[in-house]
Amino acid sequence: MTQETDTINITLKVWRQKGPKDKGRFETIPVKDVETHMSFLEMLDVVNERLILDGKEPIEFDNDCREGICGMCGAVVNGIAHGPEKGMTLCQLHMRKFSDGDIIALEPWRARAFKVVKDLIVDRSPLDKIIQAGGFISTIAGGAQDANAIPISQEISEKAMDAAACIGCGACVAACPNASAMLFVGAKISQLVLLPQGKPEAAKRALSMLRKMDELGFGNCSNETECEAVCPKEISIANIARFNREFLKAGFGSSER
Amino acid sequence: MQLDSKAPGGPLAEKWDRHRFEMKLVNPANKRKYNIIVVGTGLAGGSASATLAELGYSIKTFCIQDSPRRAHSIAAQGGINAAKNYPNDGDSIWRLFYDTIKGGDFRSREANTYRLAQVSDNIIDQCVAQGVPFARDYGGLLANRSFGGAQVSRTFYCRGQTGQQLLLGAYSSLSRQIAEGKVKMFPRREMVELVLINGKAKGIVARNLITGEFESHDADAVVLATGGYGNVYYLSTNATSCNVGAAFRAYKKGAFFANPCYTQIHPTCIPHSGEYQSKLTLMSESLRNDGRVWVPKNAGDKRRPNDIPESGRDYYLERKYPSFGNLAPRDIASRNAKEMCDEGRGVGPTGYAVYLDFKEAIERDGIEIVRKKYGNLFDMYENIIDDNPYETPMMIYPASHYTMGGLWVDYNLMSNIEGLFVLGEANFSDHGANRLGASALMQGLADGYFIIPYTIGGYLAGTEPSEYNADHTAFNDATREADERIKKLLAIKGKRTVDNIHRDLGHIMWEYCRMARNEEGLTKALKLTRDLREEFWQNALVPGADRDYNLSLQKAGRVADCLEFAELMITDALAREESCGGHFREEYKTEEGEAKRDDENFCHIAAWEYGGYGKAPIFHKEPLAFENVELSQRSYK
Repeated sequence: MTQETDTINITLKVWRQKGPKDKGRFETIPVKDVETHMSFLEMLDVVNERLILDGKEPIEFDNDCREGICGMCGAVVNGIAHGPEKGMTLCQLHMRKFSDGDIIALEPWRARAFKVVKDLIVDRSPLDKIIQAGGFISTIAGGAQDANAIPISQEISEKAMDAAACIGCGACVAACPNASAMLFVGAKISQLVLLPQGKPEAAKRALSMLRKMDELGFGNCSNETECEAVCPKEISIANIARFNREFLKAGFGSSER
Repeated sequence: MQLDSKAPGGPLAEKWDRHRFEMKLVNPANKRKYNIIVVGTGLAGGSASATLAELGYSIKTFCIQDSPRRAHSIAAQGGINAAKNYPNDGDSIWRLFYDTIKGGDFRSREANTYRLAQVSDNIIDQCVAQGVPFARDYGGLLANRSFGGAQVSRTFYCRGQTGQQLLLGAYSSLSRQIAEGKVKMFPRREMVELVLINGKAKGIVARNLITGEFESHDADAVVLATGGYGNVYYLSTNATSCNVGAAFRAYKKGAFFANPCYTQIHPTCIPHSGEYQSKLTLMSESLRNDGRVWVPKNAGDKRRPNDIPESGRDYYLERKYPSFGNLAPRDIASRNAKEMCDEGRGVGPTGYAVYLDFKEAIERDGIEIVRKKYGNLFDMYENIIDDNPYETPMMIYPASHYTMGGLWVDYNLMSNIEGLFVLGEANFSDHGANRLGASALMQGLADGYFIIPYTIGGYLAGTEPSEYNADHTAFNDATREADERIKKLLAIKGKRTVDNIHRDLGHIMWEYCRMARNEEGLTKALKLTRDLREEFWQNALVPGADRDYNLSLQKAGRVADCLEFAELMITDALAREESCGGHFREEYKTEEGEAKRDDENFCHIAAWEYGGYGKAPIFHKEPLAFENVELSQRSYK
C-alpha cells in the first residue's frame, strides 16, 4: 500500500437539475487535492462540503450502504454506468483509478422510465412496480413445509443465487440503448423459475412482468449486451434468454395469456 | 415505576403457546377495519408489513430509501441461525436459547429469548418457500456452518449475502401485498413525529423527502422497525441513512429507551484511512477462522509487516486467550485491538489497525483453498486498501456495527406507550449485553413473521377501530413541532457543515463510550457532547430550502437527534457500574483484568424516560429473573 498521501486535481462536469420539470445543464466544478484513497462518493462528499461552505447548493446523489449491496447509488461516469471498473457499484469505485488532470463527466441514469428527481437522483420506482407485477412466490407466513422437504440440486440452487444477486440499481436500464429492463426482469424470473417453489406461477409471472415492463415505458431487448457489461453483480444475459423461453412457453402453452 | 414485562407464567417451553392461546383474536371480517402503520422495511418491518397484510389488516408502510428493498438489513453477510439441527450435531431449541442468553451475558429476558429460539425453525421454512436460495450441499439439502465461535453448525447462509436474500424474500412478499392493495407503500418518507391521542399511539407525521411536505397518517397502532443507532459514532458499518430519529421521537413522547449503552463493536472491519472517510466496511468474522491477529512487539516499530520476524510479533489473542485464540468473542477481540493501538503498537498509516495474517493458512492449505473460502473478501479488501492480502497481512480495526439497546418493549413487543410496537434492532429485547453472530437476522424475521402478527391482534382485539382522525389537533400540533424544528435548523446559518460536527461527535463517542469505558472518560464525554450540541445550534450550516429534496437538511435533523441521544448513551454507561457483554467498565474487572459482572446490583434492564430538553433522563428498572438458567461467568482463557 502506498503509505504517503497521493492527491490529484480533477474537473467535474456534473449534471445539475432542480427537479423533474427543470431542463437541467452541466456544471463545471474544478476539484483540487483529491486524495486517491477516497472512494468516488467520498470525493463527492468533499466537493459538497466545499460547495456548502461557499454558500452553494450541494450536488444531490442517492447512496446508502456504500458497500455495493443496497443498489441505491449510481451515476453515469464518463459515459459508463457505475464508472470504468467492472463488476462494481459507484460507491466501490476509488479515486486511484483516475489521474491528475482528468475531466470526469457525471450524469444521472437516463431512461424514459426513470424521471430525474434532482441532480443525479432518479425515480426508480418503476422497478418496484415490475416486481409487484409478479416477482414473488405466493406464499404466506406460517404455511411453509419443512425447509428440507424439497431437495434442490446444488447446481440449480447456485444458478438461482447468481440471478438473485441483482441489487436493483438500474444500471442495466441506463446502459441499454433501448432503456430496457430485460436483465432486471430476466434475473428475477430466472431465480424463481429455476427453483421448484417458483414453478407453479411461472407462466403468469413471465407474462405479467413483461406486460408491466412495457407499460412503464421500458424498451425492448435487441441483444446489445450493454446491460451485462455494466452490471455491478455481473449478472449474465443468459437470464434474458431464460426469460424469453419462459415467455414463449407461457404464450403457447398456458391458459394465462 | 416497576416495568411489567407481561411475560406469561408457566414452564419456559410452554409460555408462547399458552400466550398465543390466551390472547384475544380479531374477527377476520374486522381485520381490514384496523389500520396499522409500519415504519421501516428491513427484515423486521418488511416481514411485519407483509404478514400483517396477509392476515387482512390495512397497512401503511414507510421507508426512508427510494425502495423498500434497500433497508440496511441487506448488507448482513454471514447468515441466520436456527435450531433445525439438520447436521445432527446436538443443537436444539434449548441450546440456541441458552447460547443466546449466555452470549448476551444474562442481560436479556428469558421468555423473549426462548421464544426467539422456538420460532427460528419456522423462519427458515418460510424463507425457502419464498425462494431464498440458501446454500445447499451436493445432495440438495440445506447447508449449515458454524459461525461466531458456536459449537454447533446452525447457521444458514446465501454466500456472503444472506441479509440481501432474506430481505429480498420479505420484499417480495411485501410487493405482493402492495399489488393486492393491502399495503400502501410510502417510500422516501422520514417519520418526524409520533402522534399520541389520549396517551395511545395513533399515527405519525412523515416528511416527504422529495417535496419536503409533511403528511399526517392515522392508524390504530404504530409499529417501529427503524433499526439501530450505530451512526452515533459517525463511522460505522451502518448505511449513511441509518439513524435514531424515529426511536428518539418515540422516546421524547414518553417511550422508554432500554440499555442505550449496549452497542456492539465488530472486530474485523477495514480501518479508516483519512478524515474524508464516510463509513467503515465490515469483513466477515469468518476471516478469524484462518487469520492470525498480531501487532509488533515494540511500540513504534514502523517496518513493513513482512520485514518483522516472528520474534518481533505479538500474537496477542493467542497469547492472552490460549483456548480461544483468534476466535475470542467479538467484544474481547475488539477491546484488545484498541488496547494494542493505545499502547502505540497499532499499524498502518494511522496507527489504528492490527494485522490479520493469512500466511500460515496459505502455507498449510495452499492459496487456492484460501481463495475459495475468502476470495470475495480479499478482493473487496484489495479494492479499498489497494494492497494484496495474499502477500501482505490484512489490516483490520473494530467499528460500530450493531446496537443491542433500543426502545423498551414487553413480551408482546409493545412499548410502554399503548399501541406502539417496536421490532428488530430498534427494540432491546433479545440480545442482552452482546449479540451473537447470525442472530440479528433471526430476530428481525422472528419479530416480523411470527411474533407481531399474533401480539398486535391481542392488542387490537381490545380496542375499537378508530374513525378517520388525521385532522385531529394532535396531528396539527405534531406537524407544527416538526416544521419549527426544520425551520430552526435552516435558520442557524453558521460556519460548520453538519458532517463536520457529526464527525466530532463520533470522535467523542468512539474515544469515551465504546467497548471499554470508565467514569472519568464518560463524565468528560458528557460535557463534550453538551458543548458540541450547543455549538451545533449556533454554528451549523444547513444549506437549501425546506420544501425541496435536501439531504443536508435531512442529515442535520438526524445529527441533532444523535447529539441529544449520545448523552443518553453516556448516562446509561455511567449508571451501569459493572462490566458485562460487549461493554467493559474499566473500574470493574477481575484480578486477571477481565470483565466482572455484578449480578447482585445490575441484573436488570435500565429503561430511561425522557426528562425534558437538557434535563437528566429518569431511570426505571426491570429486574431480570432467571428461573431456568444458572448465571455463569464467561471465560475464554
